[in-house]
Amino acid sequence: MNLGSRPGLFSRLFTALVFIFLYAPIFLLIIFSFNAGNSNSVWHGFSLHWYGELFQDRLIMGGVYTTLLVSLLATAIATVAGTFAAIGFYNMRRRWREPLMVINEIPMINADIVTGVSLCLFFVAAFAAWNGFVTWMEQTYRLTAPRLELGFATLLIAHISFNIPYVVLAIMPKLRQMDKNLIDAAQDLGCTWMQAFWKVVVPEIKPGIVNGMLIAFTMSVDDFVISYFTAGPKTSTLAMVIYSMTKKRVTPKINAVSTLLFGAVLLLLIVVNVRQARQEKAAAKVRRR
Amino acid sequence: MRNKLSWFSAPYVVWMALFTVAPVILVVIYAFTAVPPAEGFTLDNFLRMKEFAVVFARSFRLALIATFICLLIGYPLSYFLAKEGPSFQKIAMVLIMLPMWMNFLLRTYAWMSILENNGFLNRMFAALGIIDLGNLINGGLNSLCASLNEGVLAWLNARLGTALLLSTDRATDMTYFRMLYTQGAVVLGMVYNYLPFMILPIYSVIIKLDNSLLEAARDLGASSARVFRKVIFPLSLPGVLSGVTMVFVPSVSTFAISKMLGGGTKLLLGDLIELQFLGGAYNPYLGSAISLVMMVIVVVCMYVMNRFGEGEEQAVVL
Amino acid sequence: MKKLFALTLALAVMVGLLAGCAMDDDKREVNICSWGEYIDESLITQFEEETGIKVNYQTTDSNETLYNLLETTGWGGFDVIVPSDYMISQLIEEDRLAELNYDNIPNFEKIDDRFKNLPYDPENKYTVPYTWGTLGIIYNTQRVTEPVTWDLMFDAEHAGDVLMIRNSRDAFGLALMSLGYSVNTTDEEEIRQAYEKVAQANRDGVYQAFVMDEVFQLMESGSAAVATYYAGDYLSMLESNPDLAYVVPEEGSNWFVDAMCVLKNAKNKTEAEEWINFLCSTEASLANMDYIWYASPNTEALEKYPEYYEETYGEPLDMELYEIMAAPQEVLDRCEAYLVLPADIRALYNDLWTQMGIN
Repeated sequence: MNLGSRPGLFSRLFTALVFIFLYAPIFLLIIFSFNAGNSNSVWHGFSLHWYGELFQDRLIMGGVYTTLLVSLLATAIATVAGTFAAIGFYNMRRRWREPLMVINEIPMINADIVTGVSLCLFFVAAFAAWNGFVTWMEQTYRLTAPRLELGFATLLIAHISFNIPYVVLAIMPKLRQMDKNLIDAAQDLGCTWMQAFWKVVVPEIKPGIVNGMLIAFTMSVDDFVISYFTAGPKTSTLAMVIYSMTKKRVTPKINAVSTLLFGAVLLLLIVVNVRQARQEKAAAKVRRR
Repeated sequence: MRNKLSWFSAPYVVWMALFTVAPVILVVIYAFTAVPPAEGFTLDNFLRMKEFAVVFARSFRLALIATFICLLIGYPLSYFLAKEGPSFQKIAMVLIMLPMWMNFLLRTYAWMSILENNGFLNRMFAALGIIDLGNLINGGLNSLCASLNEGVLAWLNARLGTALLLSTDRATDMTYFRMLYTQGAVVLGMVYNYLPFMILPIYSVIIKLDNSLLEAARDLGASSARVFRKVIFPLSLPGVLSGVTMVFVPSVSTFAISKMLGGGTKLLLGDLIELQFLGGAYNPYLGSAISLVMMVIVVVCMYVMNRFGEGEEQAVVL
Repeated sequence: MKKLFALTLALAVMVGLLAGCAMDDDKREVNICSWGEYIDESLITQFEEETGIKVNYQTTDSNETLYNLLETTGWGGFDVIVPSDYMISQLIEEDRLAELNYDNIPNFEKIDDRFKNLPYDPENKYTVPYTWGTLGIIYNTQRVTEPVTWDLMFDAEHAGDVLMIRNSRDAFGLALMSLGYSVNTTDEEEIRQAYEKVAQANRDGVYQAFVMDEVFQLMESGSAAVATYYAGDYLSMLESNPDLAYVVPEEGSNWFVDAMCVLKNAKNKTEAEEWINFLCSTEASLANMDYIWYASPNTEALEKYPEYYEETYGEPLDMELYEIMAAPQEVLDRCEAYLVLPADIRALYNDLWTQMGIN
């Protein structure tokens, strides 16, 4: 898009200042992860001491692991479920679609804390009912079943629940852009409707799916509030570990884990972008021939 | 065919009924339930809401300030970025997203040690003599006010029978600026955390503006300021609205930021709710009622704003 | 797209498998919820190595938050908790605790008789004491020169330099003491006066923040000058900031016992008892005392500690510090233990505590 004149000195300066604002705290965090002392403001010399401590710390490592697992699983499940849901909604009569789309947006409109609290109340109430039922069965029929409590499963359900709406919303516009006759054409040419779905619809909306998946992952990794209310007392995501750590003596172990996370994300981004650039170049070459 | 494909959404509809609708209904039920040992339906939890009017006002004020600052920074930035070359834009967008992949608590934590009384900024200020300068300025202001008090104001007071006095007790022995555990720190935390939510929707709307419209405006002799005012800005409004909601809603309901940067001496809505569930004062009925009121206010605000935005297709999520 | 999706799935499966290998499902485990900075963490590893029981150790910050966490999450999840005296009474009253099998806790006999059959558990069926100590004022001697009484917690002279404790029982308790009332009063008027005193100071900007374990960072770095906290934690802070001092005010204070209990819903009761027994041993008590600076109720450990300190650090223990950790009888005599409050007063505490931050 052409907005007219090229950016001037002022706009460049402004952009630079915003990026400094965004990154200065992160870089300070990173620098002080190499501090020999346990301060975030006074430099005591270079050391990798805190990284050693970090790998010893089971709470933090457990948190990193839980965060990764729940984000990846929730992203995968939400992407599949969201794709199917979006296609379903799109093919529905308007009368049905509109109210369902409104309900779909509830977790996005609601503040995180409301979503978290409501899910927490729901799980606890449902589990209390179930556990009461189990006790009753044990007493009367000597049958037993596992008792349920908040934990990784509820955390995962919560993450999937707030991820799917983003996936649906990312895919919907792509469905609208799609030529409505495509599916019919495919079927006329002998596709079953399943084949029509896989060979025609999915490739058409691919960019939307990828976009939704990225948003879902970002939301999962970034979440603290909903996890805090649904993970139960025993499971902790990294954010929850950090939250409880900031209530204690601050340790540069947190800086070390930030540095590693930052490094990992940066590396991933670079790899993805370099690959993309290469593919584009290759594609350009093919076209020239 | 169409009907068959519509069944694809059946599992998700069941899922929504269980994990979206049922929990919200449960919050409503809790909000209208009396606190044990009393039982049954009650409106008491809502009648108590006026006690918390101050908290509602404070939360909305801070969130509005934060949203406004985000807009003030985010809009120009998005506009400037859209003018840059494509590779510059791509890198810039990645850089804006990147902090979000580090978790928002880490971003908030980073500010804690920067803003502390003996933290990084105060040490820098001390080393650069800025704190001494502050003391000096305060001292100067004090003596200026003192002389004004003795001169002009004494004369005025004598004439008008008033007792106007300027304060002369500004601190001149500061060894640090108090930044952590202030409301300013809370707003800073909100702006820092949620700025990307403002930039991304605005940027993605501006970048998709129809070129021919802009060219037409220019061909018809509009100056660039006029093009911006009459074409670009109105067309980017959906992005602005979407950004405003995406910053305002998490800001108004945050509890982690206010706890970490605000010190808990003045509660926000989020703190108040958290306090009733996992904090120091257990009362899920009251907590649900507060959540419900907040939910309603937010939904009404958004409805009004969307009407104002003339039912534009929900801009873009990110 | 397919590749990206496959990558995500593959990563998830990989992370899952990694964990699957790391933790067997049949492995014995015990889930503990304690306070922050409240154990020598090497003891956890030692226990795991000796017994093969996996320890899942979480922390929360006050008795009230612990109770709310359990109540909100439906009383599942944890086996061992370490609440204070008055909270234990409440939990027993509500039938939340399991009776212990003291045959599995032979080390219980090493506990000093002073700490057995206390009012919160008169027949000693549910609890094994973990630590005890006093509540007092920690202040920075560079910035506070006046005599230290509870009034210092409300002193506008130090506006912005005072840290108030973030739990209703201690915060209202210290206000009650400064007003000359009992910490266990059930007189609504007295409690409201205490609330008003704290709330007024908060409105006047006396408090920099309401804190629990954040107090370490803020007092050690000198960011705040006055705080109310526990004796053991003061001694920890002293290691990083020698300017700090601790006083149990003359008007009196609170002395507490934190005891280990097992929840009624606990899934790992035998493992829980094994853990409790392990922490009662003299060696563990000594190591713990040295690390967290809270006095142990283990008679032998308490007596031996000065000796242990000299052996470990090659210098004698300052007896003044020892007396702060293990308060002598004359200090305890002017202290009062918290008793459980009736349900309506607890509700009042909760309501007032909610109102505190409104101003």
